[in-house]
Amino acid sequence: MSNNDATQGKKPALNIHEYLAELDDIPGTRIYTAARARKGYWINQFAMSLMKAENRARFKADERAYLDEWNISEAAKEALLARDYNRLLDLGGNVYFLSKLFSSDGLPFAEAVSTMTDMTWPEYRQMMLDGGRSAEGNRSIKANLAAAAANKGAN
Amino acid sequence: MARITAGVGSSHVPLLGVAVDQGKSDDDYFGPIFKGYEWTRKWEANTQPDVVILVYNDHASAFDANIIPTFAIGCGDHYKSADEGWGPRAVPDVEGHADLAWHIAQSLILDEFDMTIINEMDVDHGLTVPLSMMFGQPAKWPVKVVPLAVNVVTYPVPSGNRCWALGEAIKRAVESFPEDLNVQIWGTGGMSHQLQGPRAGLLNREWDNKFLDALIGDSDAARWIPHIEYLRETGSEGIEMVMWLIMRGALGRETRLLHRHYHIPCSNTAIGHIVLEPVD
Ligand SMILES: [Fe+2]
Repeated sequence: MSNNDATQGKKPALNIHEYLAELDDIPGTRIYTAARARKGYWINQFAMSLMKAENRARFKADERAYLDEWNISEAAKEALLARDYNRLLDLGGNVYFLSKLFSSDGLPFAEAVSTMTDMTWPEYRQMMLDGGRSAEGNRSIKANLAAAAANKGAN
Repeated sequence: MARITAGVGSSHVPLLGVAVDQGKSDDDYFGPIFKGYEWTRKWEANTQPDVVILVYNDHASAFDANIIPTFAIGCGDHYKSADEGWGPRAVPDVEGHADLAWHIAQSLILDEFDMTIINEMDVDHGLTVPLSMMFGQPAKWPVKVVPLAVNVVTYPVPSGNRCWALGEAIKRAVESFPEDLNVQIWGTGGMSHQLQGPRAGLLNREWDNKFLDALIGDSDAARWIPHIEYLRETGSEGIEMVMWLIMRGALGRETRLLHRHYHIPCSNTAIGHIVLEPVD
């Protein structure tokens, strides 16, 4: 909102390469870009299939066998079996699709989200009650690296 | 002539639907959230809109990874509540307004917004939670709804400017509908939240409130906020706030504040709510 172009009512010029590079400059975050959507397509479609009760039942009866019906890499199958959600984000999973797996497991959404952080579920819940995670120090990987380097120089 | 008489912004956190459905909206956790909607419930009962154009996003319910419409408009007569993995919410079916929806769809396409038209779909918490927040638990929803679904999941999502301009085009479309209709437009989603990765749980009270400020009055600065600012300041899912700009754009040059509410947290999310009317 402090954008100068904004106050002048101009449409800012946009370069797709710069746009995409910025999306990857956020700490602890995997923005669901087209590249990730392509990579994770079958992970997400698998997760989507769990919205049907009969598929959930078949998956629960034999997770590995159900996963073997899908065009999913071995790495992704292992991550799905382990419920390693950060790994799944790297492999192109998206949280709204993966949430079908949370609900198949009977796991509340926020609790499943907490497994992607370095906190336990009670710690995470308390952080939210205390006002959530601050944006301070969490905005930019590059800015954090620059600050760390400057700090090192100062010492 | 149909007119857009007001705009409403609201978060659409699924847990709020659970709170309503399970009668928990007065408890210690949810009470402060729902208190901020009491004003609006009375106001809605008094103003009695005929139709709500409800801007929301589908969360992998009606649309899977296969087809990703940037802007889709529901032109059907009715919509059922989606099964999001727990069974569908026990809320009334949503009644559409096919005449108005088709009129808006045609007008928008002629106005160079290339809409996707949906005849049949289920609607998820993105659409039904705001209805519950504004109307409680009636046997039948007191309004007809034109669902307007926006892709805010797969990047690139539409720019703030494009969303604002779509709102402006919706205003023109509504005003060329011959029937006398009292139409509201709701922008839903947000406010700050991040549901993924080690940075999950990010909230930003200060930025959210600046965003609410920016919707009031005659400034259009908010349309120029770049995606990266939402993402850095409000978390990866904070991008849903671009949907509020469709609502704001549809209110015309200037708005007046009728009601405002903000609360942290609800589950992973900051709750924001605003009621605006156009100043002619
Ligand atoms: Fe949402």
